[in-house]
Amino acid sequence: MSTTDGPTPMPGAKAAQAAANRQAAEKNPSTSADAAHKTGWFGRWNEKWQAMPRQKQWLYLIAIVAVAYLLPILNPPILSTEPGNDFPLALFSMAVYALVAVGLNIVIGYAGLLDLGYIAFFAVGSYTAAMLTSPDSPFIKVPYLWTLPLAIVVAMCIGVILGIPTLRLRGDYLAIVTLGFGEIIRILATLIPAMKGQVGFQNVGRPPGMGEDGIPVFANSNGTPWYWLTLTILIIVLLLAGNLERSRVGRSWIAIREDEDAAETMGVPTFKYKVWAFALGAGVGGMSGALFAGQVGFVNNQKFDVVTSILFVAAVVLGGVGNKVGAVFGGALVAYIPLRFTAIAEYKYLIFGLALMLIMIYRSKGLIPARNRLLAYGQEAYARVRNGPPKKPAVATEKEV
Amino acid sequence: MGAHSESVPVSENAGGESPIELIEPMEVTEAVADAAAPEREIDVAVGDDLVEVKNLTVKFGGLVALDNVSFTIKRGEILGLIGPNGAGKTTCFNAMTGVYKPTSGQVLLEGGLLNGMKQHKITRAGLARTFQNIRLFGEMTALENVAVGLDARHKTSVVGALLRLPRHKAEERSAIERGMALLEFVGIAEHAGSLARNLSYGSQRRLEIARALATDPKLLCLDEPAAGFNPAEKEDLMALIRTIRNDGYTVLLIEHDMKLVMGVTDRIVVLEFGKKIADDVPSVIREDPKVVSAYLGEPEDDFA
Repeated sequence: MSTTDGPTPMPGAKAAQAAANRQAAEKNPSTSADAAHKTGWFGRWNEKWQAMPRQKQWLYLIAIVAVAYLLPILNPPILSTEPGNDFPLALFSMAVYALVAVGLNIVIGYAGLLDLGYIAFFAVGSYTAAMLTSPDSPFIKVPYLWTLPLAIVVAMCIGVILGIPTLRLRGDYLAIVTLGFGEIIRILATLIPAMKGQVGFQNVGRPPGMGEDGIPVFANSNGTPWYWLTLTILIIVLLLAGNLERSRVGRSWIAIREDEDAAETMGVPTFKYKVWAFALGAGVGGMSGALFAGQVGFVNNQKFDVVTSILFVAAVVLGGVGNKVGAVFGGALVAYIPLRFTAIAEYKYLIFGLALMLIMIYRSKGLIPARNRLLAYGQEAYARVRNGPPKKPAVATEKEV
Repeated sequence: MGAHSESVPVSENAGGESPIELIEPMEVTEAVADAAAPEREIDVAVGDDLVEVKNLTVKFGGLVALDNVSFTIKRGEILGLIGPNGAGKTTCFNAMTGVYKPTSGQVLLEGGLLNGMKQHKITRAGLARTFQNIRLFGEMTALENVAVGLDARHKTSVVGALLRLPRHKAEERSAIERGMALLEFVGIAEHAGSLARNLSYGSQRRLEIARALATDPKLLCLDEPAAGFNPAEKEDLMALIRTIRNDGYTVLLIEHDMKLVMGVTDRIVVLEFGKKIADDVPSVIREDPKVVSAYLGEPEDDFA
């Protein structure tokens, strides 16, 4: 007798499961394919953007950046936070939050590691700047601008130190452990005498430059130069983050976020890239902390609480997890709303809580949902597929190069 | 070029009644092997032992999932691994690819020990696999999924990617070319830009194979690649698997569908209750009384 001719030997559970899987997979395209990308104002806008030629995109970007730089001078009436709050300072605050959100987005959005203690790195950056420039500190002094790269390095080291033992954990467990990070730094700042607890550090340094009237250009009360400095750094970080996204690093992160085991099986050193995500995110957080410390001019242990840390996460989620433009938008929004609407500033956590719930229900991908583009030259390849069967792909690409 | 059909170890496959002609290299074959993995050495020593599994034992607490199993996989063959549900096929797979740590025994790839290596290192050593329940990166396009596999051979560092150094650019270029070639090879090139989760079930299965091939494996392990396929799709899949082998890859195939296994494999290892009960060419396996009883039950078994 032959086993070949008989009925399929194992028609039972597995086959049924496979059939069910299959049905699910085939049902999906019709429902989720269109829903995810084509609905909504932002979706259509995003599609239009992608269809634009590169030069046109650059023109638009330059225009947007120019407007962003001019904002403190233009002080547009409806957008302005005055008379309640100084508009340039509000803009600086927005830019710092945007930078924080872009850094945190690397950790949460790309690699899918829910970090609730991101404030720790912000605090590390702030203290690095303060302890190396404030006259209250016993340490050696360096020029303020030097503290920006130093803050990145110190925060990255702390990120690696905290990441190596904890990144073996996954999901909820990791979130709970990271929640402790922020508290650890805050409590250390209270306990270690050199960090001066609540007394803190005054007269944190500032970039050089004197105005004609003898007031420093980067005075604590003068938001515009601080805003321009932060905006410039933000743009550079965005460009670098974009480079990472469209490389094997970005692909590895997204693969880890999507299915960590499968990523490992496909040859992705998942642990290494998780630590990298943590370290790079920490570096950006540290730099934002240093900028913040410089502008405010005062650092103590009261500013780095868990609530602010959650606010950072809210900024990322609000804007669109995984999308750097969304993170900028979310970060700026979270900083802007309490400063603009001072009457409701007291209720900001209530408002953000409600906003987050509504977003999770109606726009689970955030205000600006956009998919990461993970190939440096992907658009060319997709265009080739769209424009009919490639007759001679090799020749075509050589021309493109 | 990749075809080396003359040296496939077993070719007395399926005496007569099999509907499949042996080894018909398709036209696309050669081009694909070159495009997907140009630096591969495929014409070396076909027929010698590529993978040796020696006395492999896996225990989960008191349960012995795999009991002293030994077999070899020869370079250039398609080896079938079959057995009833729960026989230990997938456990064997997982122990080989580093998902489980074997309780005892060894897995050797070209004489090098794989035990205890990290999974991603095993993949880079040359063992790639697909999953029984599809596990693609849903939010990535088909081409990006394949690119993740290709990245296993890439050397760009984080700094290199950050600053877009020349090597990064060159690797990105080659990823596009090789990725598209692989998608074309498995027949889903027109979906290169679609998100993996939006692909049809059959395309998802094919994409998994393309992604595994992208890691440039010496041994490709397919875990029930035809699950949920209709007969026509299975036919296509068999042709694809044969093409892959003709291209110079060695294939380990776990499969339930007897027709598929008998039609496509050169040799079959049969597991039952974690033990190896047979290891031979398909025509012998199908007549083996132990195998038949393992699948259909023994006649004297008392079911009352």
